[in-house]
Amino acid sequence: MLKYIGRRLLYMLLSLFLIITATFFLMRAAPGGPFSGEKQLPPEIEKNLNEFYGLDRPWYEQYFDYLISIAQWDFGPSFKYKGQTVNDLINNGFPVSFFLGMEALFIAVGLGILLGIIAALNHNKWQDYGAMVFAVMGISVPSFIMASFLQYVLAIKLGLFPVARWESFMHSVLPALALATTPMAFIARLTRSSMLEVLSNDYIRTAKAKGLSKFQITVRHTIRNALLPVVSYLGPLSAQILTGSFVIEKIFGIPGLGSHFVLSISNRDYTTIMGVTVFYGIILLSAMLLVDIAYGLIDPRIKLAGGKKGE
Amino acid sequence: MKKRLSLLFSLMLVLSLFLAACGGFNKKEETAGDQAGEDKKADVPQELRVNINTEPFSLHPGLANDSTSGAVLRQTFEGLTVIKDGKPEPAMAESYEVSDDLTTYTFKLRDAKWTNGDPVTAHDFEYAWKWALDPKNQAQYAYQLYYIKNGQAFNEGKAKAEDVGVKALDDKTLQVTLENPTPYFLELTAFYTYFPVNSKIAQKNPDWYKNAGPDYTSNGPFKMVSWEHNNKIVLEKNENYWDADNVKLTKIEMFMVNDPNTELSMFNNGELDWAGSPTGYLPTDALPKLKEEGKLHVQPIAGTYWYKFNTEKPPLNNVNIRKALTYAIDRKAIVENITKGEQIPAMAAVPPTMFPENEKGYFKDNDVEKAKEHLKKGLEELGLKDVKDLPPLTLSFNTNEAHAKIAQAIQDMWKKNLGIEVKLENAEWNVYIDKLHSGDYQIGRMGWLGDFNDPINFLELYRDKEGGNNDTNWEHPKFKQLLIDSQKEADPEKRKQMLKEAEAILMDELPIAPIYFYTNTWVQKENLKGVEVSGLGDVLFKWAYFE
Repeated sequence: MLKYIGRRLLYMLLSLFLIITATFFLMRAAPGGPFSGEKQLPPEIEKNLNEFYGLDRPWYEQYFDYLISIAQWDFGPSFKYKGQTVNDLINNGFPVSFFLGMEALFIAVGLGILLGIIAALNHNKWQDYGAMVFAVMGISVPSFIMASFLQYVLAIKLGLFPVARWESFMHSVLPALALATTPMAFIARLTRSSMLEVLSNDYIRTAKAKGLSKFQITVRHTIRNALLPVVSYLGPLSAQILTGSFVIEKIFGIPGLGSHFVLSISNRDYTTIMGVTVFYGIILLSAMLLVDIAYGLIDPRIKLAGGKKGE
Repeated sequence: MKKRLSLLFSLMLVLSLFLAACGGFNKKEETAGDQAGEDKKADVPQELRVNINTEPFSLHPGLANDSTSGAVLRQTFEGLTVIKDGKPEPAMAESYEVSDDLTTYTFKLRDAKWTNGDPVTAHDFEYAWKWALDPKNQAQYAYQLYYIKNGQAFNEGKAKAEDVGVKALDDKTLQVTLENPTPYFLELTAFYTYFPVNSKIAQKNPDWYKNAGPDYTSNGPFKMVSWEHNNKIVLEKNENYWDADNVKLTKIEMFMVNDPNTELSMFNNGELDWAGSPTGYLPTDALPKLKEEGKLHVQPIAGTYWYKFNTEKPPLNNVNIRKALTYAIDRKAIVENITKGEQIPAMAAVPPTMFPENEKGYFKDNDVEKAKEHLKKGLEELGLKDVKDLPPLTLSFNTNEAHAKIAQAIQDMWKKNLGIEVKLENAEWNVYIDKLHSGDYQIGRMGWLGDFNDPINFLELYRDKEGGNNDTNWEHPKFKQLLIDSQKEADPEKRKQMLKEAEAILMDELPIAPIYFYTNTWVQKENLKGVEVSGLGDVLFKWAYFE
């Protein structure tokens, strides 16, 4: 197991290196720079800025400097927000996105699995149809429409929650719901289909024949096996949700990390692009590793250390 | 049967969602209005909540270079002058004297204090201006101070700090020497790059401006008490302010919500007292309805939306072709059907907030007859027989829904009125601006907002072909000379005539096709009074109060 994790960590480092290199060269290939604006700066001032931020040096120097400082967890100063470093941006934004993401994950996983189980146990009955109509809508309605809809109904019409912003727990409910809808629907469908598959297995029949109660069969034998696809979906999902969503953060005015992914690119804020990409890369790769480890715990048939068979 | 039932059920569900979404907006607004009305006049809380869209670039007056930072700094700091009702008034300066050649200003400062009780001295101004000009501080807006003698030279490392033409003669006297006579210098001293900085603190703690705290001192009507990055800024009344008696608001909360629809919803839900310009935006789709309900406030500002012609690319090197294209645009249709914010059709370069007579402009809007004449003449000059023989034309704009709609409308007008086919091309902002500045375009969209209240703002960018913001490759000796001469003219009337003459040349040569003049549109709590929105679109909350 330890050997496996060690090897995976090594691969992670390699992936990160590739991510950093690709991002570095792609962002430099894009036209424009962090100081190009509607009102063009006098050339002397721009030259001075480029010198200060080291943008006038040859690309390989900049590239290796980046690698070294990233290895020291120093992403450098932000171009867009004077006086703040990219580390500040991440340290301020990530906890917010993480909190909101956890809330959304909790809703998505809890309700999604519940809906999926209900649908599967009542296969082809109204509960099944109801849950699946709900799920299809959840998948097909984009999150920004869901967000505006929730704002309109629950905040403006019913006055239960504030429209937007990030102050208290009440402020986080609507964005968490909006963020959770699509994954919840997806999880519900995943759970349902894998439950149905598991339910038709021989060992379930055996359990039934042994006279176990429906509850016991479901909890002990079905859910555990039916959750594997959900777990594998959970890895990339949590990486994505925990680092924040641009759309939801924009609509609800949330000071999370998600907006930096998009805005840093349009601002050509080089250091921030690098910083958030590396950060996201680390979160994503770790989430995948956790998922793989979780596989082994949930399903003993999967052996992680067993070489090729484990894949 | 079962299946059909479920289908019906799901359809009903979807339908009910839509119906709910389409319902009127009225209910909540009424209740919000009632609440405001019920409040007793005497104890209305003097607390204002506005949206400023994004995190400001920097709250150091010398480093700020964007409207968001400006909107915060204008409330917390104060310069030598302040713009009220469109005119500069003495603020930190009690009085001033100007030398006969208009190059030396001597300001007498009033007794004022920083938020921490330190006196505001002339040394604070000298320190702040020199700090912004010092190349090692990387102030992007240092060029706003290039009017000061040796300002540019110092910023470019060609002169020493002592050579810069700003000097504190004593604690209360500031002497400023200018590079050239600058008739609008008192407008400039109200701009945030000219604000003072508490030199005692800044010298001790170079990071004073990065966060709110005891070292963040300012000299304006409000002080910053908290700054949650990317989330909100809270200002409170500055009791040490010299004119504190006239400041009624006790608190201003500035939120950073970067979504026009959310901003309006928050306003409708009573979470904001003001939505829209100048610090935020309203969704364009909502403007007609707000106007109908009589809630929309509209104010023209100093900004022009124009198309630039690259005058070195044929056929745009021909003035008659440029005229044909410019005259054949129906601006009224554009502002009424696309932008919807009561923008003013522009047939001139300088906005009416600076030249009121420019509401009429130099030519007729949508003058198809004249456009056709010029097209014919232009084709003759180019030796072409038919419109079809014109080199292919491309109209570029940065990716944005409103720009796209305007470009499509104009494409259609040119095709219908002149038979000229143009291709549309859009690019992401940074890519676009790069192409425009490097001359890699034929016709391109651009907007220009004035930094200070003087027509020179809108004219001088076309003075030099190589000037950073010209982009059209157009240069005209007489136009250039008029602008240079106008700088030395002490008589405002004569100077205005020179600038008008220059604008007439620009509007005859048409390296640009003006489309419309910008407006500010907003909604506000109706019991909020005294907010000063200047012709430049800057906002001052100093005199604001709730009735």
